[in-house]
Amino acid sequence: MKALAAYGSLFRIRFNSGIQYRAAALGGVATQFAWGFLNILLYMTFYRENPEAFPMSLASVVSYMWLRQAFLMLFETWRTEPQIMAAIQDGGVAYELARPMGIYGAWYTRILSSRISGMLLRAWPLLLVAFCLPAPWGMTLPVSLSAFGLFLLSLVLGTLCAAALVTLIHVLTLVTMQPQGVRMAFNSLAELLSGALIPLPFFPPVIARVLALTPFATTINAPLRIYSGDLAGAAAGQAIGLQAFWLVVMLALGHLLLRRALRRTVIQGG
Amino acid sequence: MITLEHIEKTYRVARRNAGMGEALRALFHREYTLIPALQDVSFQVADGEMVGYIGPNGAGKSSTIKIMSGILHPDGGTCVIDGLTPWKNRREHVRNIGVVFGQRSQLWWDVPVIDSFELIRDIYQVDAAAYRRSYEELVTLLGLGDIVRTPARQLSLGQRMRCEIAASLLHEPRILFLDEPTIGLDAVSKLAVRDFIRKINQERGTTVILTTHDMQDIEALTERVLLIGKGKILLDDTLDALKARSSHTRRLQIRYTGALAACPAGTTLVSQEAGQAAFSVDTDVCPVSRAIEALSRQVEITDLTVENISAEELVVSLYEEYAI
Repeated sequence: MKALAAYGSLFRIRFNSGIQYRAAALGGVATQFAWGFLNILLYMTFYRENPEAFPMSLASVVSYMWLRQAFLMLFETWRTEPQIMAAIQDGGVAYELARPMGIYGAWYTRILSSRISGMLLRAWPLLLVAFCLPAPWGMTLPVSLSAFGLFLLSLVLGTLCAAALVTLIHVLTLVTMQPQGVRMAFNSLAELLSGALIPLPFFPPVIARVLALTPFATTINAPLRIYSGDLAGAAAGQAIGLQAFWLVVMLALGHLLLRRALRRTVIQGG
Repeated sequence: MITLEHIEKTYRVARRNAGMGEALRALFHREYTLIPALQDVSFQVADGEMVGYIGPNGAGKSSTIKIMSGILHPDGGTCVIDGLTPWKNRREHVRNIGVVFGQRSQLWWDVPVIDSFELIRDIYQVDAAAYRRSYEELVTLLGLGDIVRTPARQLSLGQRMRCEIAASLLHEPRILFLDEPTIGLDAVSKLAVRDFIRKINQERGTTVILTTHDMQDIEALTERVLLIGKGKILLDDTLDALKARSSHTRRLQIRYTGALAACPAGTTLVSQEAGQAAFSVDTDVCPVSRAIEALSRQVEITDLTVENISAEELVVSLYEEYAI
């Protein structure tokens, strides 16, 4: 238990430093609101032409968009931890190795904490406004209580998965010592495959089915589609199972890669 | 007890010549050079000792510290610290050590220093009473008072370094590694830091290994000096013994009027400019009094000083002697 307390503390301190920057959060809320609004405007134009031509109902898409904007901080895979990245490059990681703590756990905790603190500052105002907006602009309530429960479970798993994915980027940076390369490749893939750009059902059906299986789909795709009722019943259960599977795989992979990398690490600089 | 035996470490460095063409060529074919950072490094440090670890840049000081703190895996040799091999039993080992890397920071940038301290308390699982005692002691000795309630980003370098050192000692480690702890500090902060390290060594019996380029650190703190150059331990001796090696040398400085024709036998001219000259006097050949007498026969001496050579010059002469 005492060992866990260390991770709890690490979570708290990163959380505290995350909520220092309120002005940035306010700016973020404004941007995310405007971007969500533009997106919805775009989809509405398409739906006005022929509402039957699309795989999700307009109401589902609108809810999806607002949730994506509200929980952006949880799922942005391109947002790395600047302090960890800097430590990898300038050798500050030496200090972390000089502590009686697993580096992977420490990194994962910090990454998770920064995402949750960032989200908590930004999500409330966005969700509040989105619920108050009139139809068809506003968010709809979840289809049922059980769907809402599944959504919460999937949201938690999705958050853990996103943090595992981002931790993996940091581990790969330590392995290659080249942050740009890894991040560029990851970012474009993640944007497309997680459903951040467009919901996965909008892809051709076969492709959409394959994409839903990738680890990226565990982040935005699963919880947001469960909320809007697009994934329900067995399909929702399957999506949640997949999230749990990828979470374990990504945690194990990150852990293993980091341990191997550290064995042959040369800490940079005098 | 720290025992290093035959420690070896080689780095592989990609090298290429300047220019675009060379850069493109390196995409396909890299040439690596093997840099032997440590070769057959062996020494022992007893509990409660304070040891100065000196050598020019790139000599292998930091590599040795990193191996002893479990951060770097050596290619060969053994290192046992209080019965543990640092890189094999990293977590248990680092519980007993504190490390300060003078050029890096372990404090959280955005939050008050005290938050970083409490995080360290939880990481090392220090119980509340022991933490309180250690914290009070460190805050008093280092004069941290209000500083700990300030975010680290708003501290001066001197204040930050004092906090860094406190952070490394909160869990009361038996061994403290200091890698250039006084780098960039002003004279007052340097004195405060040295004074503190001495007190901690005396009061807690902490073993201290210190790397530095500041010879005053060495003079003020350590009795024993390890000299490393090009990855090899060249010298392991007490500071007094090192000084005794050069005890027959004095530095004689004079101000004079007139023309200085020749150096007296047994002296060498170190520097000379407009009415001032400095000599290094070998007292075995020529006692200082005779050198002064010989000089005063040539010129009118208006002022003179005689000094032992400083630790700084001692080190320069050691570097020259070992050609590092």
